[in-house]
Amino acid sequence: MTERMEASAEIAKPIRLDPRFRREIMAIHGGETLKICFQCGTCTSSCPIARFSRSYRPRQIIQMTQLGMKSKVLSSETLWLCAACFTCTDRCPQGVEVASVLRVLRNLAVKEGFVPAVYRELASNILGTGYAYKITALQLRKREEFGLPPLPKANIGDIAKLAQSTDFSKLIETRGVSSA
Amino acid sequence: MPNRKYLFFLGCVIPYRVPSYEVSARKICEKLGIELVETPEFNCCGLPLDPISHDMAMALAVRNLCLAEQKGLQIMTLCNGCAGTLRKVNKELKENKGLREKINGYLKEIGMEFKGTTEAKHFIQVLAEDIGFERIKEIVQKPFKNFKVAEHYGCHLLRPSREVAFDNPENPKVLKTLIEVTGAKCLDYIDETQCCGATIIGVNSEIPLQLTREKLSHIKEAGAQTLITICPSCHLMFDTNQPRIERKIGEKFDLPVLHYPQLLALAAGISPDNLALKEHKTDASNILLFC
Repeated sequence: MTERMEASAEIAKPIRLDPRFRREIMAIHGGETLKICFQCGTCTSSCPIARFSRSYRPRQIIQMTQLGMKSKVLSSETLWLCAACFTCTDRCPQGVEVASVLRVLRNLAVKEGFVPAVYRELASNILGTGYAYKITALQLRKREEFGLPPLPKANIGDIAKLAQSTDFSKLIETRGVSSA
Repeated sequence: MPNRKYLFFLGCVIPYRVPSYEVSARKICEKLGIELVETPEFNCCGLPLDPISHDMAMALAVRNLCLAEQKGLQIMTLCNGCAGTLRKVNKELKENKGLREKINGYLKEIGMEFKGTTEAKHFIQVLAEDIGFERIKEIVQKPFKNFKVAEHYGCHLLRPSREVAFDNPENPKVLKTLIEVTGAKCLDYIDETQCCGATIIGVNSEIPLQLTREKLSHIKEAGAQTLITICPSCHLMFDTNQPRIERKIGEKFDLPVLHYPQLLALAAGISPDNLALKEHKTDASNILLFC
């Protein structure tokens, strides 16, 4: 009896919904097609990641977003498992840009302060050098041995200005995206 | 034969981890009369930042496209990620006026403006569309005999298909045709177009290694003696990580992995010593028996 009561108490726990969430997503470039998803599941059944993950299900994330489960969606670690292979987008019979909706969600998650460490490093490298990875002296010597021309040197000043105008700098400052 | 001239976009992964791809692609370009113009001012294509800031990622991509517009040349890149990003953003901005105005607003700060006058292409596209199979056939002096290979396209050359608009994403043929020009036989296998998982390896290594393991098994079962890739990130999964996967599952694949230009170069009679084959983790020495 006690066990049953406990179980029902758990089921009755209310979920906080934000009815404005779906509109918020649909107003962002890439999120427009969220509303036309009819939950057929073609995305999840086509998803290479879902085959090997117990938790990542694109159909489910889309449904939770439609329902307004904002905090649950944005704080979810599985949001970051999308490999952006775009198979879901290509196969969706409704024309939902599933991968783009997921990207919109990840971008919003960052604004809420959720960001995997690897992206802090990539952001720091790109702002510091213009490229995603730091090339070592050894790698540069190897290039010479192979007779390859010198590497391009990005215009860091331009990148800093773009980071300013796109508000990326602000995102870094407020959310600690960069470890630099 | 008109001289083909492109701005060479190297990207991040190739200089960092996969110089063998660049070495062999440059050899092929030289052989086919493809002129590569070095552009010192390029930056990252933007793809790595897309999950955290689409606006910043697009701004980085468009800055590269603007440089190409200023020089009046098309971009050629070896990486699927760079090609996919630059093609996708280029098409979106050409078609979507509102988006174009928004991004041009960002670019104003650096004195640039996207006009929509250039194209970005993957190396494989340049070979298939601009050079042509017939011309490539002409450089094959030592066609492979009894050599069975498999291909892995990688996602971003094919998808999202509306934006990247190349080949058929469900049943792609271009790379197979390019492989068969060398005399090698290109085999079919299960889930050929499936992703290798490389893009999320920084977040979760388990899933990409399992995806790659499954593909390696299918490729071996089909009887392929070598795998051909055309993307540095896919190459890292199938070649660099192959020993790691083998240790993990206690099974040997021993499957050499070549970049397409290495395969073509061997068939074109270019010495294997000049193709940086020793940079690979997998052993390519047996391939030379089929030359």
